[in-house]
Amino acid sequence: MNKHLVQNLFEKEKLEMLPTRDGYGKGVVKAGEKDQRIVVLCADLAESTRSHWFKEKFPERFIEVGVAEQNMATIAAGMANYGKIPFISSYAAFSPGRNNEQIRTTISLNNLPVKIAGAHAGVSVGPDGATHQALEDMALMRVQPNMVVISPCDAIEAQKATFAAAFNEKPTYIRLGREKSPVFTTENMPFEIGKAVILREGKDISIIACGPLVYEALLAAEKLEKEGIDAEVINLHTIKPLDKKTILASVKKTGAVVTVEEHQIAGGMGSAVAEVLAMNLPSPIEMIGVNDSFGQSGTPDELLNFFGLTHPSIVKAVKKVIKRKVT
Amino acid sequence: MDIDQAKTNKKLREMANTMRQDLISMLLKAGSGHTAGPLGMADIFAAFYFHILKHDPKNPFWEERDRLILSNGHICPIRYVAMARSGYFPVEELATLRKFGTRLQGHPEREKLPGVETTSGPLGSGLGQAAGIAYAALMDKKKFRVYCLMSDGEQDAGNIWESAMFAGKNKLRNLTAVMDRNNIQITGMTEDIMPLESIRAKYEAFNWHVIETNGNNIEEFIDAVDRARAIYEKPTIIIAHTIPGKGIPEIEFDFNWHGKAPNKEEAKRFLHELRTIGGKITSEHQ
Repeated sequence: MNKHLVQNLFEKEKLEMLPTRDGYGKGVVKAGEKDQRIVVLCADLAESTRSHWFKEKFPERFIEVGVAEQNMATIAAGMANYGKIPFISSYAAFSPGRNNEQIRTTISLNNLPVKIAGAHAGVSVGPDGATHQALEDMALMRVQPNMVVISPCDAIEAQKATFAAAFNEKPTYIRLGREKSPVFTTENMPFEIGKAVILREGKDISIIACGPLVYEALLAAEKLEKEGIDAEVINLHTIKPLDKKTILASVKKTGAVVTVEEHQIAGGMGSAVAEVLAMNLPSPIEMIGVNDSFGQSGTPDELLNFFGLTHPSIVKAVKKVIKRKVT
Repeated sequence: MDIDQAKTNKKLREMANTMRQDLISMLLKAGSGHTAGPLGMADIFAAFYFHILKHDPKNPFWEERDRLILSNGHICPIRYVAMARSGYFPVEELATLRKFGTRLQGHPEREKLPGVETTSGPLGSGLGQAAGIAYAALMDKKKFRVYCLMSDGEQDAGNIWESAMFAGKNKLRNLTAVMDRNNIQITGMTEDIMPLESIRAKYEAFNWHVIETNGNNIEEFIDAVDRARAIYEKPTIIIAHTIPGKGIPEIEFDFNWHGKAPNKEEAKRFLHELRTIGGKITSEHQ
C-alpha cells in the first residue's frame, strides 16, 4: 500500500470529508500568493466554486463576469494573451460545457495558459439533477489539442493539482466535485501532472480510477483481497497527457483492467486507457462509468449506487474481466 | 489641413489601393477566400498599419504595442496584406495564402504567424479577448490601446453582447471597437437575416460611446479614432460605414462576393480597375 495514504484508510467514518472544490479554492489562493499574474474569473458562482476565498484575499485580482460562461472564456483568453494566468470557474456543465467552442478557438488553438476549474462534475452533485451533473466534460476537454485534463481524487490532491496547473504554461482543465468525499491522501503524496500514482500494488487486476471514486477502487481492492484476488490500484489523476508507461507496465503484469470514473463511459478516462491498450497491449477491459444516460435528482449516495459507481460494482467487474483473461 | 497631413492622407490612399491589388492577386492564387469584406476594409487597415498603430513589425511581441484584434477572422487576407506591406514578412509570402504549410492560414492563427494577436474565424469571440487584454492592461497601468475589428454580421452572436456588457461595466477606456458596417453577411443583407438596427442605440444602452463614420474615408476614420482616445469614461465603438467590394464598382454592395474569390478573368478586370482607378489614369504599367 502506498505509504502516503492516510493511516486509517478503511475506516471511512473516521476520515476527514471535504469536497474537491475546496482543494481548488485553497490551491488557487496559494498560487495567487506566489504569483501576481494569477487572476480568477467567475460566472456568478464564486461561493459554490470556492473562488470566493481568492476573491476575499485578492479582490483586485478577482473578476466577476456574470452568468456568461462564453464571455468568461474569451475574456480569460485575452488576459492570458496579455500575460496573466487566469482561472475560470463555474460548474462543469457550463464551463467547459456551454463555452466549448470558445475554449477550443480562443484557449486551446491559441495555446494560452487559461485554467478551467469545472465544479459540480458527476452525479454526486445530487439533488440539482441532470442539468447540473456534468458527465461529458472530460470527453469534451481531452479531444482538444494542447489541453491538459486533471481529475483529482480528493481535496488534498485537488489543491496540489490546482497549484501545479497554475504554473504548467498550458491550457488546463481541472475537474471538481461538489459533494464531500473522503480525504485519503496526505500532504506528502507526490503530485506531478501526467504521472499516475500506484496506490496499491497487485498482480491479478489493474483497477485504474480517477476523481473521488479512487477511494471506491481502494475499497474494492480491500474486498477482493479477502477473496484471494490481488488488485493493483492506480490513481490516474491526469487524463491528458496520459501516463502510458505506468498503465502499460501495470497491465502487462496483471493482464486485465477495470476503469472507474464518474463520467460517461464514452470518451472519458476509460476510453483513453482503452485506446492505449488497444494500440499497444490489447487486454480484457471493463469500464465503470455512466452508460449513455443523464443523471437525475437524489442523494449523492443513492445516485452513485444507482449508476453502479461504488465498490460492489467494481468487485463484480473485476471478477467478470478476470474470467476473460488470456492465459 | 496642413500640407504634411494632406501628403500623409494621399500616401495612405495610395497604400490602400496597392493593398487592394495585392488582395485580388492573392485571392486569385488561393482560389478561395473572401473578397467583399477585405476590399471594404482596405482603407481602415491602411489607416491602422501605416498611421494609427504603435507597433514594430520587426518585433511583433513588443510588450507596449497597440493590440489590433481581428474578430471576424475571415477578412484576414487584407490584414496579411497590411502586415506584409508594413514589414512583418515579405510581400511574396502573400502568394502562399491558404496553401499547405503556409503561415497565412485561411483563418488567422496566433501560433502560426506572429503579429496576428489572436486566432479567429468563429464569429463573436474577438471582442471578449480584446476586452480581456484591455482589462489586464488597465490592471497593470499600461498605456497601449486595444482595437477590436468586428463585422456587423457577427453582432448576431450572443458572445458579443456579453463582452459589450463586460466592457461597459468595467469602463474599458483603452478599448476601441470598430464595426465594419457594410450591411451584408454570407447569405444576404444583415437587416433581412437578423435586423441589427438601431445598432447605435444598442451600444449606447450597453454604456459605450458611439461614433459613426465613413470607413472608406481614411481622414474621417483617423479623426474618429482620435476622438475615441479622448473618451475617458467608456469604451468606444466606431461604426464604420463601408462599401463591401469597395474599389471595384461591378461588385460593390453585392453580398454574393462575401465568401468567394475572383477567377482569372475577373481578377484581370478588377486589377485593371484598381490600377487605372476606374479609368482616371490611362497609362497603365502592368
